[in-house]
This record gives sequence, structure tokens and C-alpha cells, in this order.
Amino acid sequence: MMNNFPYLLSLAIWLPILGGLLTLCASAPRHAPLARQIGLAFALLGLAVTVPLYTGFDTASAAMQFVEHQSWIPYFNVHYSLGVDGISMPFVILNSFITVIVVVACWKSVQVRVAQYLAAFLIMSGLINGIFAAQDGVLFYVFFEASLIPLYLAIGIWGGERRVYAAIKFFLYTLAGSLLMLLAFIFFFQRSGSFDLAEWQALPLDLRSQTWVFWALFASFAVKVPMWPVHTWLPDAHVEAPTGGSVVLAAIALKLGAYGFLRFSLPVTPDAAQAMAPILIALSLVAVVYIGFVAIVQADMKKLVAYSSISHMGFVTLGFFIFNPLGMEGAIVQMISHGFVSAAMFLCIGVLYDRLHSRRIADYGGVVHVMPRFAALFMLFAMANAGLPGTSGFVGEFWVILGAVQHNFWVGFAAATTLILGASYTLWMYKRVIFGPLVKPAIQALSDLDRRELAMLGVLAACVLAMGLYPAPVAEVMHVSVEGLLSHVTAGKL
Amino acid sequence: MEFQIPNFLPALPEIVVAVFALLGLLFVALQRKSEGSAFWMAQLALWSGAFFSLCLGRSPADLFEALRSAGSGFEVLRNLGEILVVWVGSSESTWTFSQLYQTDALGELLKAAACMAVALGLIYGRRYMRERKLDSGEYYLLVLFATLGVMVLASAGSLLTIYIGLELLSLSSYALVAINRNELRSTEAAMKYFVLGALASGLLLYGMSMIYGATQTLVLLDLIHAMDQAAGVNQTVLLFGLVFVVAGVAFKLGVAPFHMWVPDVYEGAPSSITLFLASASKIAAFVMACRLLAQGLWGLIEHWKLMLLLAGIASIMLGNLAGIAQTNFKRMLAYSGISHMGFLLLGFASSLPELTRNAYSASLFYMLTYVLTTLAAFGILLLMTREGYEAEQLDDFRGLNQRSPWWAAMMAIAMFSMAGIPFFVGFFAKFFVLQAVWQAGYTYVAVLAVLMSLIGAFFYLRVVKLMYFDAPAADAPAVNAGCRLSGGLLSANALALGLLGLFPGVLLQLCVVVVQASLAP
Repeated sequence: MMNNFPYLLSLAIWLPILGGLLTLCASAPRHAPLARQIGLAFALLGLAVTVPLYTGFDTASAAMQFVEHQSWIPYFNVHYSLGVDGISMPFVILNSFITVIVVVACWKSVQVRVAQYLAAFLIMSGLINGIFAAQDGVLFYVFFEASLIPLYLAIGIWGGERRVYAAIKFFLYTLAGSLLMLLAFIFFFQRSGSFDLAEWQALPLDLRSQTWVFWALFASFAVKVPMWPVHTWLPDAHVEAPTGGSVVLAAIALKLGAYGFLRFSLPVTPDAAQAMAPILIALSLVAVVYIGFVAIVQADMKKLVAYSSISHMGFVTLGFFIFNPLGMEGAIVQMISHGFVSAAMFLCIGVLYDRLHSRRIADYGGVVHVMPRFAALFMLFAMANAGLPGTSGFVGEFWVILGAVQHNFWVGFAAATTLILGASYTLWMYKRVIFGPLVKPAIQALSDLDRRELAMLGVLAACVLAMGLYPAPVAEVMHVSVEGLLSHVTAGKL
Repeated sequence: MEFQIPNFLPALPEIVVAVFALLGLLFVALQRKSEGSAFWMAQLALWSGAFFSLCLGRSPADLFEALRSAGSGFEVLRNLGEILVVWVGSSESTWTFSQLYQTDALGELLKAAACMAVALGLIYGRRYMRERKLDSGEYYLLVLFATLGVMVLASAGSLLTIYIGLELLSLSSYALVAINRNELRSTEAAMKYFVLGALASGLLLYGMSMIYGATQTLVLLDLIHAMDQAAGVNQTVLLFGLVFVVAGVAFKLGVAPFHMWVPDVYEGAPSSITLFLASASKIAAFVMACRLLAQGLWGLIEHWKLMLLLAGIASIMLGNLAGIAQTNFKRMLAYSGISHMGFLLLGFASSLPELTRNAYSASLFYMLTYVLTTLAAFGILLLMTREGYEAEQLDDFRGLNQRSPWWAAMMAIAMFSMAGIPFFVGFFAKFFVLQAVWQAGYTYVAVLAVLMSLIGAFFYLRVVKLMYFDAPAADAPAVNAGCRLSGGLLSANALALGLLGLFPGVLLQLCVVVVQASLAP
């Protein structure tokens, strides 16, 4: 089954980008329907080419699969080198899937410069696939950085009132981190004479240089995750971004930082990672607990979900730095689950925003009386966000808490507070928006989900439930890779 | 001593341009309305100059052989870059005119680059100059003479030739800046440029005379040997001279602390002249640095390295910080140019005597891509000006995406490339330089350079923000794409920034080969 077609990953990267450029050709306003069709077609194509990645994946192997290797810049030994393992493969599929959702979600809500909107998201999708598939430092960096451009434009053009501030803040924050990462990469190159990730992972480094490099990489990935205290760009970017932008930000872009930890910080600087783990664990717990409290008091729905994302990502970094299989697999499952749940949450808010053009919780109330189907689906996602058993949100959180308790009881205890905090902020928001008497005239005029919205949210609901009830397929795929990574990290380089 | 007729053939590119310029001088004097023909003549001169630069001293038979053996169809395309690299790099160093004149692959590549940049600049600026009634025959002739100056600089084999080339370039540039003599800003800029430029020439000449005094030679080859026998040379005088020479080079490059003229001249000069100053003139300064420092004064590398490093650091800090405060696009590009030249100097200063000179290759790569990016940015600025209105404020870019999405995209490419965001080629230019800086052991300088490019990214992003996020002013017209030729070339130019970003390997290989063929010790 494996590798019967060698260019799958390249297709997953370049097809959406090609599609994005094609939609730009239909950028006249009267061609908007055509642009939407092209966009959807390429998003679906992009998803279709990732399916064989799953079906043809060899779960017994921790090695890179679907490998492509071409010389790119011979003088510096840079290669166009792609491959996925059990850790990155699910994200390629998740990203391609979310792209389809984003394209569907903007069908009616985006009416200005439709083609450019679709192009931005399609190109971003391709670039992000590139990040997950890159096996060469320069290639990774190039995709990592280039993916900022479409998101910058998307926030800045289609965002809310303070969009310019948010867009520039987002860009500069992330650029600041990535530039330090670039220096770290140059350092690796000087030491190893190569940009190949596998060689970097085997590269012997003393603790002092590992520590320096660890913090340089940390600057980039922590901003992207985002970890407390460099998280402040995220609420701004989320609130101002258009629905699609928020969805991609939450579901995919945040995973890039966490993925960076897995791909670079842990394997390349394992000893520094272990030495610094207490700090990272502390920062993660601050994110989980403190940001959880911050989320409770938000008056803006998007901001609330943004803070809840930070809190959930705190869980992910916590899972990485306790260095046991339960924690790490839980963290990865949490990343995927958060991809579905946060996307769904933002889409639900988008559904409301399309109708009422407000994100303020206080403007709603009693929505259940006019939008019962929406209320039901929203309920499911809110529960998943709070980590209710049976939904995907529970699995990851539970594993991470178990792992944390193994590591240290009090760490596990602090992490477990999220179950209460998550429930309070999510369900309290849900209560204020959905329930209550139907008094506001604007709410009375709301219409329930149409078929498109129902399909979009329904698919996500199915994913959330499926992962919650039967997480084995996802866990199986990553199991061997995670074991390999962990044994590499615990062995260290000293 | 019997007189030998020197070999004229290596100087053919210069001769061609000079002949066209002189013919043009006659032509303009005799003909009343000569603008159109002068334009085409300049184009002919420049493109043939570029052609001869890249073709002389190489055997066409080799090229055909290489093409034939490259395979067929797709394979030829894939190997085309390789063949090109071999072709350009296959030139051997030749010295002629009693060693006053030399050709090597580096000089030839830069000559060709300068000719093409000037030719493109003339095309982009044609409408602009015509609308302002500045496209007289003299304009084209001055540009040709200035380009000739660049070419002479690139082929200089002795300090004297360097000085002649520099003066030819500078004097023509002073006149070009003042070509719109009714405009107060232009004349002021020209005056400033002239006074400071004359001072810098004086410094350079003074430094050269010191070097001559210490080594008794003007010829670069002999200079290298003179340095080797350190005993006979008065080091104090030599170093004294070196300081002045570096100052002269730094002035021409427009790096801190000799940058004062740059913003004012950029702003005051007509935009198409600014384009010339920002592209061909920088090539001249770069090649001058190569000839003087990397070739003639190679023996003093330990000394000039430090000076260039400091100038580079000062420039990236000043350029990027001061760039933020600008509201005028041309001034902004001036400060951006200062910081780019600073980056270039960092690469130049990172050359390690014992290693292959990959630092020079990085600098050369930076230079070529910088010129390409600048051409695109100014080209679009020139497109946006219209009769009776000078588009040069940042606010003129407001809402460009809604007025003409295509040109907004092209400008965005240029801006992202300058900011060093991949996949655009500017990223690779910065990356290679940073790599060289790190390799030379200047870790902190690399960190500083990275932080400064972060600050610089802000003002490039602001242009993108103005174009994409802001609504256009009510009376802002759509961009007039001008003639099809210049529009097409400009688009190709901007798209090349993306294409080179996807495939930077070939250009880098070219730079490496050229530097190794020319500057190898």
C-alpha cells in the first residue's frame, strides 16, 4: 500500500496553492460564484489527496513516510525534503479538512473580494501542509514564515474594527520569534553542515549550547502556541479576524507552535528541554489556570473562546514537558480535538455574528427559542470544549491529567482544575447566549441554521463525537512515533 | 621601450556604450526632436553592452556543446541554470592597457547587471519623464555616460581607472539629479549631492595618493604583491590611506556615517533618476569595494573588515529605525536602502581569509536581488505618478488593492521581499548574509541584524497595510499601466522576486562561481 504514489505530500502542498492562484483569476466581483466553486473544488481536492496518507500509512513504523527528497539549494546543502510520521500526518489531514470547512463557512458571509479571501485561505492551507511535511530546516522555516502573509492579509482586510492593529501585532509578534529560530537553524547548520532534520536530531550538542538554542526555538514556538506570557497577540487577532481566520488560527495555526516543540525543541535539544521542563510546566499551568479565570470574565464570545484556546494549549505544552507517553499522546490528541472543537466554536459564533453582527454575550439571550437546531449543536461543542466525557475534548485532557499525576500529584491537581474552569466559562457563556427569556426583538427575528450551516457543523459534530467515543484510530497512528520520540528524548545527547 | 598596441577586445562592452553615447551626442546636437530615437539608441547601447559583457571571452562552441549534452525537453530546462552558471563563470581574468584595465567574471556580471538595470529603469521611467518634459536627448546621454562610468569601475585594474570611472559616474549623476532645474527640491538635492560627493571623491583621491606613496604603485595587481612584502611598506601611511578609501566607498554606498545625502537626494531627484541612483549606482559602489578592498587592499583585510562591520551595524540600525518615521515613500526607500547596504557590508566584512569566499557570494547575491527589488518598487511608484501629480507619499498607496489589485500585489511582493519574508528572494539574501556573518564568528552582530530586520519589517508592512487594509481616497484614480512593454517588464520583474525565491539555488551558484573565478586569492 505504501508509497504507491510518490508525490502525495507535494500535491497536498501545491494543489491548494495552485487553486488559490486560480481563484485570483476570477477576482472580478461578478465572478464571485465562480471563485467560490473553484475554491471549494480545490479545497476538496486538497482533502482528497490527503486521504491516502492515512490509508497508506504504516502504523508500525516511526520512520518518515511518503518521503520526497530533491536538492534545492545545493551550495548550502538545502533539500526539498518532505515526509510525515505519525505525529505530523494527522495534522496534514486536519488542516486540509479545516480548509474545506472554511471555504464552506465563507460561502455567504464574505461578500467583498471573495476571490482574494478564498485565495488567502487556500494558499495558507498549502503552506501549512508544507510546515507539517517539511523535513529540512530551511524548507520548514520558509513555509512557517510564508504562512504569516495570507493570515496577515486575511485579518487586515476582512477583520473587525481594530483589524489593522491586530494584523500588525500578529505579524510582528510571530516574526520576532521566527527570526530567533532562524538563528538557531544557522547554528545547527554550522555545527552539522546540513539542514536535514534527522541529522539535527542526531547532532551531539553540549548542554550550554542546547540551552541557548532551546530558548531561541522557544521564542518562536511559544509565541505561536501561544504560551503565557507571550499570548497577548492571540485574543486581538482572534477577535478581529473574520470567522475563517479565527477558525484557521485556532484549529491549525496554534498547533504549529506545539508541533515545533515536538519536531525541534524536544528531539534536537533533549537535555535542555528536560532541564527547563519545570519552567515550561509552570508556564503551562499558569496558562491553564490563570487564563481559565480570565476567560470567565470575557464579555465578547470570540475573546472568550480565544482565551479558552490559550488555556487548552497550556494543556498541550504541559503534556509535552512531563515526558511520559500518556502525557504526550494526550497532548497530541488534545491538539487534534481542539482543532475540531475550537473550529466549531468559532463557526457557531460566526453563525450568530452573520445574523446579528455582534459578538457581545450581552446582546444575546433566548436563542434556543428561535434556533433550536443551532442550540443543540452548540451545546455539543460547548460540552466538548469543557471536556465532557464522550466528546473528543475529554480524551486528551484526561490522558494529560493522568500523565501529570504520574509525574507529580500537584501538577496533575492544578491541571485538573481546568475541568471546573472550562465548564464554568463555556457553560456560563452558553447559558447567557442560548437560554433565558426571549425578550430582545432582534433575537426573535433570528432564523435557524440553513442546510449549508447544518452540514458544516454536523460534520464537525460527528468528528467530535467519533474521536470522543473511539479515539483508537488516531492514537494508533501516532503511538509508535511518540514512543520513538520519547525514547530519543529521555536518552538525551550528553 | 617599444610601444605595443594594447588588446582592445576585452574593453568591447565599454567601447560599444561609449561609441553609442558619443554618436548620440552628435545626433542630439544636430536633431531637434530626438527623444524617441535617443531612447531606443540608449536601449540598444545598454543591451548590447550587457550582451558583450556576458559573451566576450567565452566560447560559443562550449555553450552549444553543453546545450546538446544537456538532454532534451524538460532536462534542458532543468540544466539550463547550470549551463548558464558555467557559461558566465567560464571567463578568465584578462589584463590589458598596461594593467589599467581588467576583465573577470565578477566585473562582467556586474556590468551586465548594471546595463540591464539601467535599461529597465529607462523603460519604467519613460512615461514619467515624458510627462514632465524631461526626456530630452541629454537625459539619455547622461544616463549612458553614467552607466559607462559604472562599467569602467567594474573593469578597473588600477586606482586611476577606478577614480576615472567614479568621476564619470558621479558627474553625470549630479547633472541627472538636477535635470529638472525648475524644481527647487531637485536643485537643492543636486547641490547637496555635488558638495558631499566632491568631498568624498577628494577623500578617496587623498587615500589613493597615500597608498601610492606607501607602495609606489597604482595597479591593483602590484598592490597585492606590495602588501605581501610587508617589510618595505610603511604601514602607518597605508592604513591612513585605507581609512580615506573606505570613507569614499562608504559614501558611494550610502552607508552610515556617510549616509546624509541619501534621503535628501532620493527625495529631491525625479523618481526615475532616484531609481538609477538606487540601482546602478549601488552596483558601482559594490564593485568599487570589491576592486579596492577585496582585490587591491586584500592584505589589509584585518583592518578594513572592522571598519566595514561597524559601518554595516550603524547602517542597519539607522536605516531601520529612521525608516519607521518616514511618510514619504522615496525617503522610506532611501532609509531602507541604507539598511540594505549595511546588510551587504556585513556580508562583505565576514570574509574569512582562510575559507572560500562565500561571504562575498552572499554579498553579491544580496546586491543583485536588492537591485531587482528596488527596480520593482520604484517602477511601481513611477507607474502611479501621473501628469501633474507626483505620487511619492506613503498615503498615495492607500487602497491601491481596490484601485488596481495587480499592481498592489506586485508592490506587496517587493515589500515582502525587502522585509525578508519567504518565499520571496529577499529572505534568501538575508539568510545567506546572516549565515556568513555567523560563520565569521560575529554571533552578536547576527542577532542584532535579525532584530533590526524585525523593526524594518514594520515599515514595509505599513505599505502593505496602506494598500490592502485602507480605503482609497475618494479622488484617487486607477493606476495607468502605461505602455504594454513597460507594464509587462515590470510585472515580470516583480514576479521574478517570487520565482527566484522558489529557486534561489541557481543565482546563488552563479554568485559563488563568479566570486571564486574572480576573487580567489
